[in-house]
Amino acid sequence: MADAPRDAWITGIGIVSSLGEGADAHWQTLSAPGATANLSSFAPYIVHPLAPIELDKQIPKKGDQRQMEPWQRIGTYAAGLALESAGVKGNADILSRMDMIVAAGGGERDVATDAAILTSLPKAEKPDAFINERMMGDLRPTLFLAQLSNLLAGNISIVHGVTGSSRTFMGEEAAGVDAARIALARIVSGQSDIALFGGAHNAERQELLMLYEFGGYNLKDKFAPVWERGPKGGFALGSHGAFIVLESSDHARKRGAKPLAKLSAILSDRGNGKPGAVTDGLERMWDKLPPLTQDRLAVISGASGAEPTTTEERAFLSKHPAIPVRATGTHIGHGLEAQFSANLALAAIAVSHGKLFPPAGDAGVERVMEGPLAQAVVTGVGHWRGLGMALLEAA
Amino acid sequence: MPALRDKAGRPVVVVTGMGVVTSLGVGKTDNWAKLTAGESGIREISRFSTEGLRTRVAGTVDFVPAEPLCAPELTERFAALAAQEAVAESGIGTPGDFPGPLFVAMPPVEIEWPQRRAMAQASGSNTDIDYDALLRVCATGQFHAYHERFLFGSVAEHLADTFGTKGSPISLSTACASGGTAIQLGLEAIRRGETDAALCIGTDGSVNAESLVRFSLLSALSTQNEPASAAAKPFSKNRDGFVMAEGAGALVLESYESATARGARILGVIEGCGEMADSFHRTRSSPDGKPVIGCINNAITDAGLVPDDIDYVNAHGTGTPENDKMEYVGAAAVFGERVKSIPITSTKSMIGHTLSAAGAVEAMVTLMTLQHQRIPPTINYQVPDPAIPLDVVPNVARDARMRHAISNSFGFGGQNVCLVLGGEPT
Repeated sequence: MADAPRDAWITGIGIVSSLGEGADAHWQTLSAPGATANLSSFAPYIVHPLAPIELDKQIPKKGDQRQMEPWQRIGTYAAGLALESAGVKGNADILSRMDMIVAAGGGERDVATDAAILTSLPKAEKPDAFINERMMGDLRPTLFLAQLSNLLAGNISIVHGVTGSSRTFMGEEAAGVDAARIALARIVSGQSDIALFGGAHNAERQELLMLYEFGGYNLKDKFAPVWERGPKGGFALGSHGAFIVLESSDHARKRGAKPLAKLSAILSDRGNGKPGAVTDGLERMWDKLPPLTQDRLAVISGASGAEPTTTEERAFLSKHPAIPVRATGTHIGHGLEAQFSANLALAAIAVSHGKLFPPAGDAGVERVMEGPLAQAVVTGVGHWRGLGMALLEAA
Repeated sequence: MPALRDKAGRPVVVVTGMGVVTSLGVGKTDNWAKLTAGESGIREISRFSTEGLRTRVAGTVDFVPAEPLCAPELTERFAALAAQEAVAESGIGTPGDFPGPLFVAMPPVEIEWPQRRAMAQASGSNTDIDYDALLRVCATGQFHAYHERFLFGSVAEHLADTFGTKGSPISLSTACASGGTAIQLGLEAIRRGETDAALCIGTDGSVNAESLVRFSLLSALSTQNEPASAAAKPFSKNRDGFVMAEGAGALVLESYESATARGARILGVIEGCGEMADSFHRTRSSPDGKPVIGCINNAITDAGLVPDDIDYVNAHGTGTPENDKMEYVGAAAVFGERVKSIPITSTKSMIGHTLSAAGAVEAMVTLMTLQHQRIPPTINYQVPDPAIPLDVVPNVARDARMRHAISNSFGFGGQNVCLVLGGEPT
């Protein structure tokens, strides 16, 4: 590109989680935290359920709500909050040229239908034909649309009218990092002026617990802050949706929009699963960040609690002992595809307040930050693969 | 010497390697011979029982072994075959060290029935089998390998390992437009100057009973099972739905500057790309065709061309009553009177709808069409639809002089992507 890189501002945040809805509610609950983990609904698995939301406020048509499964409702709701917060909701001119990049997993299965089929199967004379017959009779066509990863983006287009572009990235935590990275790259390079990016995750699903239970990643029986989950570790899945409106500073100024924070850099890498790869990878990214002001800086960590990645991230953080750290997974759980955008949102909220929320836990990783906050580094470490890092600054 | 930058001052992006797997076979040479001969790869499904299903045919790729037999495994293997051919042809980098990022268009992943049944069996339960029982089986660790296999990210991670691509590999879905989006992301990354090359793949191995049932319940599939080869009938009056299919297309995208510097053979040019999302409905296009028209116009404008410059259209052409009608409406609005004379063909008439792979497979076919100056036909075109008066190059391949072509991809969720492809840099 011939032109100089442009500044990208976060001008809108939409977040829903176990802590509540919107930037203000999150700031308040993080400032006076209480436990949000639910130990009983999916026992022995611990999840952070979504706080109650009034869907009608962001998804006014019941018909639209019915066409979605919970993960899509969470995301479409959070996207609406973000557009509202940026002051662009309903602005057809801007929405028609707005980029959209969504990080998504898969849809929800009808667990009752699966269970009924599996239970009857041993008695079936022709098991394959039996499954076909039951699927033809019992699967709901709308459920298929809820299962397509790109249908969260599709629903955001339909409900909120975002149509400039529509891309869905898949691949767990890394998808969330790359969605943000590509959105930023397009704006900085001048390929786009304004973007909506983010993701949604519904933790309250048995078939999703199953996927992670294959690998033994779920936190069971007893809740603990992410730094205090012992050698085996584990993540507590969290329901959340987080979307961010990012735009070039020129575009924001022209429409009189105020920045919550400047998004200065996003880096992503693989993390190849070898011992030490997370620690080294995060350190390499740290070295590539724009200049940091050590005494006004904090790390908003996406550590999930899973091992060995959480211990590896902790080893990286211990090389920077002067910098206060907050692991948001303690408060909102682990949201896979949605986790990185949720942490960008929480970091932007803290930067916009100019201070950091209180520490949690007794592991010695998090400590009080008295002074003002001007920069936040966000980390995102995939439980299996994927590394991400971002720098937000006061704008 | 052609310019290294386009009219907008961006790096010109060329293709230096291509690879393909479809139900017709592995590799460009075999596929091109069969496509220009008007052969169909659609066949009776043998991979699973179709008893009780309305549709019993598909364009499956049955000659690539996969274990465990499931969509992510097939998806990964098709992608690896196509990418191997593409990377070898381009001669870029060294084996296992591709100097650029990876973009993989692929289907969503979930645990499938064979796995669910194996777990149910392992539960030892003779009575109710619910997800509590399955979760207890998971906790034993005996199905540990399913974690990695059924993560969305593992297909691209494994490909990144094999080909040595750089950075975080991006897996993406824009439904049936995914392959086009993978190429678009590569094009944009090179234009931003982030990289000189990108490996863009569209791949799909998701022909299984549940996927077939889901599309069937949306009444999207052809139910003309006999003969299988005649099931896909794009643009015909008697078209009755698309035919699910599998395959992969891989393209090595490279800045023209980097390709010429290393003396690479140029196979074609990615001249432009356009997209526009549709906010009308989850599975249906806006009746006024605006998003389709806008997407094609955006692509042609992005390429610095006008509609009169386009000599050939590789249609999305699924063979569903609605898609083909809407595509005609869109093309008629863009090309005006020329819509009746410009060749518009559907590769899907022969290989079926390769879903997440379609955009990449068809971009490749379009580039070969320009390269060979020969248009593969739309087969099974026996009953023209008077409401869609197009030159679909019916049933028999044809030679033509062509410089610029477009390849359309539309998907559920209002996804529309259009690529503008050129034979050589100008």
